[in-house]
Amino acid sequence: MAPANSSIDWAAVIADPRFQKLHRRKTAFLWGLMAFSVVYYFALPIGAAYFQELFKIRVWGVLNVGLLFALSEFVVAWGIAIYYSHVANTEFDRIASEIAADFTKRAGS
Amino acid sequence: MTINAVKGRALALGGAVALMAVPAHAETSAAGQYRWVTFAVFAAIIALTMYITYVAAKRVKSASDFYTAGGGISGMQNGWAIAGDYLSAASFLGIAGLISLYGYDGFMFSVGWLVAYITVLLLIAEPCRNIGKYTLSDILAYRNDPRKTRVVGALSVITVSTFYLTAQMVGGGVLVKTLIGIDYEVSVIAVGVLMLSYVLFGGMVATTWVQVVKAVLLVAASIIIVMLVWTPYGFSLPAFMQDVVSDPKVQARVATLLGDPAKNMTAAELGQRFLEPGLYFKAPIDQISLGMALVFGTAGLPHILMRFFTVPTAQQARKSVVWAMAIIGGFYVLTLFLGFGAARFVGSANIAAVDAGGNMAGPLLAQYIGGGADSFFGNFMLAFVSAVAFATIVAVVAGLVLAAASAMAHDLWVGVVHGGETVAPQQQVRAARIATVIVGAIAILIGIAAKGQNVAVLVALAFAVAASANFPCVLLTLYWKRCNTTGVVSGMIVGTLLAVGLTLVSPNLTYPKAVRAAAHKVLDAEPAKREAIAAAVASGDAAKAAKAAKDAAALDKAISKAKADMAKVEGQETSFVGLEKPLIELKNPGLYSIPLGFLAVILGSLLGRDKRSEDMWDEVYVRQNTGLLASRSTAH
Repeated sequence: MAPANSSIDWAAVIADPRFQKLHRRKTAFLWGLMAFSVVYYFALPIGAAYFQELFKIRVWGVLNVGLLFALSEFVVAWGIAIYYSHVANTEFDRIASEIAADFTKRAGS
Repeated sequence: MTINAVKGRALALGGAVALMAVPAHAETSAAGQYRWVTFAVFAAIIALTMYITYVAAKRVKSASDFYTAGGGISGMQNGWAIAGDYLSAASFLGIAGLISLYGYDGFMFSVGWLVAYITVLLLIAEPCRNIGKYTLSDILAYRNDPRKTRVVGALSVITVSTFYLTAQMVGGGVLVKTLIGIDYEVSVIAVGVLMLSYVLFGGMVATTWVQVVKAVLLVAASIIIVMLVWTPYGFSLPAFMQDVVSDPKVQARVATLLGDPAKNMTAAELGQRFLEPGLYFKAPIDQISLGMALVFGTAGLPHILMRFFTVPTAQQARKSVVWAMAIIGGFYVLTLFLGFGAARFVGSANIAAVDAGGNMAGPLLAQYIGGGADSFFGNFMLAFVSAVAFATIVAVVAGLVLAAASAMAHDLWVGVVHGGETVAPQQQVRAARIATVIVGAIAILIGIAAKGQNVAVLVALAFAVAASANFPCVLLTLYWKRCNTTGVVSGMIVGTLLAVGLTLVSPNLTYPKAVRAAAHKVLDAEPAKREAIAAAVASGDAAKAAKAAKDAAALDKAISKAKADMAKVEGQETSFVGLEKPLIELKNPGLYSIPLGFLAVILGSLLGRDKRSEDMWDEVYVRQNTGLLASRSTAH
């Protein structure tokens, strides 16, 4: 790594209110989304094992709850990816690059 | 220029070795007069990848070029490459096969492979890009004691890659043998030589593009087949599924799977049962444990993590996961049609007759949908799908070899032996190439030595080690302030040993006593069954007699299999590790080993103290969140 990084005051970045806000927002957002996706995913094998009567109910022609639920896993996974990207692209990146630019300048001067 | 000439000649040689294997292909797969079609399609795809490697070889000058394509891959390209790296033959052919043989459970199985990328996207991809350089151990070494964490990290990476690599080589050898009918040893060598020529000369640049080409071909082939399958139903999902469950072949399959309970069911009920859970996964806890290994293990697979170092920024890393999720998920949705289509049109009996694991479902469906075994287009489709399967194996193996070689050359040789002191770029590239040849040669040798072994356990093992050792160590290094060297070292060791140890005492291994008991059961039941068949033949009823003839053939097969099984375990009393029966019932150890792996990192960190790990926390945390000072070298 370039030796230039020693000139950045990492503790000062951590203490910066913008970084604190980014940290809080990201922690809640990422782990919340992660927890949701894990719960939603494991509902599938658990449902297939313990709620077979529910999974067998026919909904759309011969398509049953289980099959549609499995298909919904794909939609939900893509939804999470798109939602996360949207928030990260519009919100996290902006704050992060602001902080990065600011502290790179300070380290340089 | 002489160097390029040598490279060119070596590449041509690699292609020739692979091609020589093709003309010797068997009559089983394609009709004799269409042999040239198989030859032409394979030649075209191999030539294309060789050309890519030739172009790429000119661009590989530094270690960064070799390991990460100089960080010059775009998010979209990387997304395709991740899909190419991840959609191994096991998931490409295996899941379509599982669906064709077991219906719903096969489709449910595919879901975990996609959901795994949410973990990668949310927690791993961007921080890794912001902090790492070439390897998984770079991340651990950045914060913790570099020497210690590089040693344990490299060992774990080599362990995971070798397990996965062996599974791919053996699975690939069997597959190529089935697909084009060449000898097992020849196909292992062909895969190995071709893969080595990509990695050795073209490094990550060639590996990336071979993976991209393979993913594009795979998706294109699947879309064509699905279109042909689905068009007659007016693109209606219920109409297609209605036809699948109404098919007598599907209903007969379910009746076979269910055995006695099927006797009271109507044909419609049997067909519908194909869309309901429980035909494949008998123990729910197994499915949950496997799901854990998938969802957390993918984020710890070294060859997948390595892909995030090939893009210039965290934004591109994010974009690449989103692309990968679109491609991988889209592919598994297509697999739904491939699997159910194969069950409907080819029939599970025909699929299982060629390969008991169902691996040939996709290729056979391609042949059927193209017009059958006697048509040009049918054989073209079969050849095309076979060639894509071949490219799949080579592309996945190339990524794995690169990951293992980088752990050897970058972590162990440059990082540990040279203690991180500056090593000249040419020397680094040379070390990487030497490591590649070593890993590649080992892969070929293991592949040949492991002929006929049950390798499915090795894939489970690779994911289990990745989820129980790599994932907790990387995650806690990135997100937990208190994490330190002691924690990472103990996590790597405990996670790896537990995952391997628990698998060794699991039902995955062969237990001679159980095999013998099962075989005895089949043999003991023979006389009664023979009597029933004889009675049916004697009854004079033509339908009954025809069914009896079928039963007799099936019985003969079962008897010869039972006898072969008996012969295999002749004189053995215990499994490989000396057990008469499994100690745990889980096929995948994830349920136990993942939490214990985390516990080992946490306890180790709390017990040990490491000033460097504490001092570096601020820097690691700021950098992984802001991308401050992330190297944005694009080298070109």
